[in-house]
Amino acid sequence: MSSPLSSSASPTAAVGRGAPRSHGYWRRNQRRFAPLIFVGPGALMFLIYVVIPIFRSMSISLYHWDGMGAMKWAGLGNYAELWSDPAFVVSLKNNVLWLVLYMLAVPAGLFIAIFLNQTVRGIRIYKSLFFFPFVISQVVVGLIFTWFYAPDFGLLFKLTKMLTGHGVAILADENYATYGIIFAGLWPQIAYCMILYLTGLNNVAPDQVEAARLDGAKGWRMLWYVILPQLRPATFIAVVVTVIGALRSFDLVSIMTQGGPYGATRVLSYYMFEQALSEYGYRMGYGAAIAVVLFAIMMIFISGFIWKMYRDETER
Amino acid sequence: MFPRPIQQRSPAARIAYQIALPVALIVWLLPLLGVAMTSLKPASDLAKGNYFGLPSHLAFVNYVDVFRNSPIAQYIWNSFRVTIPTMIGAVALSCMTGFALAIYKFRFNLLVFFIFVAGNFVPFQILMVPVRDLTVQLGLYNTIEGLALFHIAFQTGFCTLFMRNFIKALPNELIEAARVEGVSEIQIFWYVVLPLMRPAIAALSVLVFTFIWNDYFWAMVLTTGAGTQPITAGLYSLNGQWVAQWQLVSAGSIIAALPPVLMFFLMQRHFIAGLTLGAVK
Repeated sequence: MSSPLSSSASPTAAVGRGAPRSHGYWRRNQRRFAPLIFVGPGALMFLIYVVIPIFRSMSISLYHWDGMGAMKWAGLGNYAELWSDPAFVVSLKNNVLWLVLYMLAVPAGLFIAIFLNQTVRGIRIYKSLFFFPFVISQVVVGLIFTWFYAPDFGLLFKLTKMLTGHGVAILADENYATYGIIFAGLWPQIAYCMILYLTGLNNVAPDQVEAARLDGAKGWRMLWYVILPQLRPATFIAVVVTVIGALRSFDLVSIMTQGGPYGATRVLSYYMFEQALSEYGYRMGYGAAIAVVLFAIMMIFISGFIWKMYRDETER
Repeated sequence: MFPRPIQQRSPAARIAYQIALPVALIVWLLPLLGVAMTSLKPASDLAKGNYFGLPSHLAFVNYVDVFRNSPIAQYIWNSFRVTIPTMIGAVALSCMTGFALAIYKFRFNLLVFFIFVAGNFVPFQILMVPVRDLTVQLGLYNTIEGLALFHIAFQTGFCTLFMRNFIKALPNELIEAARVEGVSEIQIFWYVVLPLMRPAIAALSVLVFTFIWNDYFWAMVLTTGAGTQPITAGLYSLNGQWVAQWQLVSAGSIIAALPPVLMFFLMQRHFIAGLTLGAVK
């Protein structure tokens, strides 16, 4: 390897600093321009495709627009319409339901991680296989659970028929369908939380655990007072990714029920898509207004995350 | 170690654990196993109502049928054509942004970094209408390039977060020493930092591969039709065509899931290192 380092790696070369001074403007100013050169391409792409569209969506939400013709000023009309739109209210409620129930993934992931945190033979394979659901696409997860829930022959239908005498076709029942989808979503999400906690458990300080053990701590008390405080970074990430996962839920709804039956399983992300880009019409302005509401909800969590990062950064 | 190692417990507990492990795994993967089994059942089994028993014979023909009767091969090819450029593009861009944000102190450094991080978490729907519009105007609607360009830009956010923190953890003396030797900034990036980033590059590559392969939303928004749609969107339309032909739906699902699963098993260590970034202090 002929790196520029190895060619001049002798200690005397370091003394001769300032010798190559005569390399012109670039050489003298490179440290001033280097940040721009390195951050430029990525930042530009991100600006065009992420940052600017956020603001454009906000402005589109103030118009009536079918996506092609002229835009007609609507003021806050789209937002006013939202509150009297029962489909929007149902979507919002479902999003809250998703958020609350999705949180179960965090303790469930911790539970499985504790269960698997042993050193018996073949445990690595077990860990990978438990993680499996996270690797496959949500589209496939959705199809798998649609099959699992299918009326007449689905496993769940048969089970409920055996137990209660009549089977439940969960995705066709407007009272249960959302729960069915959330349950499917929990499957990969638990796997994700599990892997976060497995890594966290791996890094728990053994001396503290031993010391606590000598003091007679075990079981729940040990978990609560000794282990969980050390797992705080893992818990933080698990909560963040779970909140984001819950608010981003789109794939499963689209695959499993397409928002049905009777719109009972719509969530904001899906309803927005439906309004702006489907056979229901091209109401871009109204769709953008829904997206802005979803964005505002997400922003609460994003700000919290950034705030914590900011504190960590400036403390150092 | 927590919990107490099973080896230190009674023999009964050890045996119970050894039994519980496979049982728990089978319950956990039951839906997947069901689909895998269904994908190998001849259509006649399903017609007879044999949904949960073993297949009467292994019908690998389902897989052949999926390839013969549907454009699934084209869908998979499209997925690769979107996924691989995205992987290369996002990782390359974020090597650079991560380097700049980790090494240089300049005004707005943290602000730029936080914009990358925050942008990475926004709901896709807030981007949907403008990004679709932009893609249409660029003449890239319903093209592989249009989809890949957006993915590259968006993934750069997450990748920058990862790369910046990774480079930040490298010993700063290395860079200082190189500067003292008169090595230019670009050479520092190329010869000093980049070789040390190999594990991060590997981790991000597998993660981005999986994310993009599994993307469904943007595939629906930016592409249409079998010529350009990746496998996730393809599977959705095939599911519509194959009403109640569960042996085909299952086989298609397994095929769609295979590439990221292989990637995961081959690159497991990197994959997990990437995902669990920040889970330990």
